[in-house]
Amino acid sequence: MLDKRVASLADSVAGIRDGATVLIGGFGNAGIPVELIDALIEQGAKGLTIVANNAGAGRTDIAKLMATGRVRKIVCSYPRSAGSVVFEELYAAGKIELELVPQGTLSERMRAAGAGIGGFFTPTAAGTKLGEGKETRMIDGRLHVFEAPLRGDVALIKAETADRWGNLTFHLSARNFAPTMAMAADLTVVQARRVVELGRIDPEQVVTPGIFVDRVVEVANPQAAGQA
Amino acid sequence: MPVKPLTRDEIARRVGRDIPDGAYVNLGIGLPTLVANYVPSDREVVYHSENGILGMGPAPKPGEEDPDLINAGKQPVTLVPGAAIFHHTDAFAMIRGGHIDLALLGAMQVAANGDLANWATGDETFPPAVGGAMDLGAGAASVWVLMDHTAKDGTPKILERCTYPLTAAGVVDRIYTNLAVIEVTVDGLLVREMAPGLEFDELQGRTGAKLRLANDWRTVTV
Repeated sequence: MLDKRVASLADSVAGIRDGATVLIGGFGNAGIPVELIDALIEQGAKGLTIVANNAGAGRTDIAKLMATGRVRKIVCSYPRSAGSVVFEELYAAGKIELELVPQGTLSERMRAAGAGIGGFFTPTAAGTKLGEGKETRMIDGRLHVFEAPLRGDVALIKAETADRWGNLTFHLSARNFAPTMAMAADLTVVQARRVVELGRIDPEQVVTPGIFVDRVVEVANPQAAGQA
Repeated sequence: MPVKPLTRDEIARRVGRDIPDGAYVNLGIGLPTLVANYVPSDREVVYHSENGILGMGPAPKPGEEDPDLINAGKQPVTLVPGAAIFHHTDAFAMIRGGHIDLALLGAMQVAANGDLANWATGDETFPPAVGGAMDLGAGAASVWVLMDHTAKDGTPKILERCTYPLTAAGVVDRIYTNLAVIEVTVDGLLVREMAPGLEFDELQGRTGAKLRLANDWRTVTV
């Protein structure tokens, strides 16, 4: 029997090791898996590399994880947002490493990892500071830079509906990075607002097929991200 | 006649008139966002947001916000009939793949060769942030910049070469400022329109790159 449901949030993050690379879904406060992040904080893994679009806001979720001192590095497109106080403090104190990646490149690097592609050439960042030191190639008369795949040991994502095979649907723009991150990690953990019977999600409506998902936990009333 | 620079809303209104019917358009944060208010109502324009929306509508009424429905600036938005939701990788395939007809962006500096600088000043005391700016600059079929003609202290923002770190090289097609509408051509910057009362020499004096005045130049109307 194929059953990816786990009984508790603690079980959902069990086994995440020190030094792991953790992909965390969300854009702004939409789609941040607050309860999974809280469970990871509780679980205690340290020396983490976090991959997320933003570096947290307020004092909860990603910001709270960073404030525990267990994040060594963040890979991010837009770390400096309204309320990104924890990140700014850590960065100013030299206590966190930042790898800045253009947003589309961040997403495509994870897609490449998930799709078994050994990287790609893109015009994004060619001729800029973020393209410096990268292999380049002229393609159709245009300068491109090489970008390597970005794989996670773990992905933490938030879905609207899941079944026990791990098929997922999402809610509006909370979808953002989640389908790509689900593909790109060795262990993909999902918190879903509803876990439904197998067959209840119309196959035409499945956004992320369950093959990309490893663990599902129901969180019926998720908290808002980015709180003070 | 005293010079009458355009207000922010007047710049947005002027740009709105140039958005073609049927275009897929990405609006950058700030001034570009205002343009949606001024596209003539007989045109159907589809707004793209890089966090996975085509068919973005105006801000919701107070109390009707959905925290899961936001734009790239993280502000609550609505969907129009015909809208589509998709994930980030597809959103950037639309951008990088040249499917987005037009990106309207703000800028810190633009150069005469179309170089765009709008993500960093090189000041190392702040952590850098880039978001989708480099993808939009490199990927959109056309890039129009909307900005004040000079910095607040009068320093030119239109230059022969950008001094700030580049967002994308040679990508800007048009510049709409509070003083002029300028086309970036292979022969440099061509002034198409000037603000009411403005003389060409004065515009040139506030610009850090050589300008040419189009033979058929006009006064900006809004």
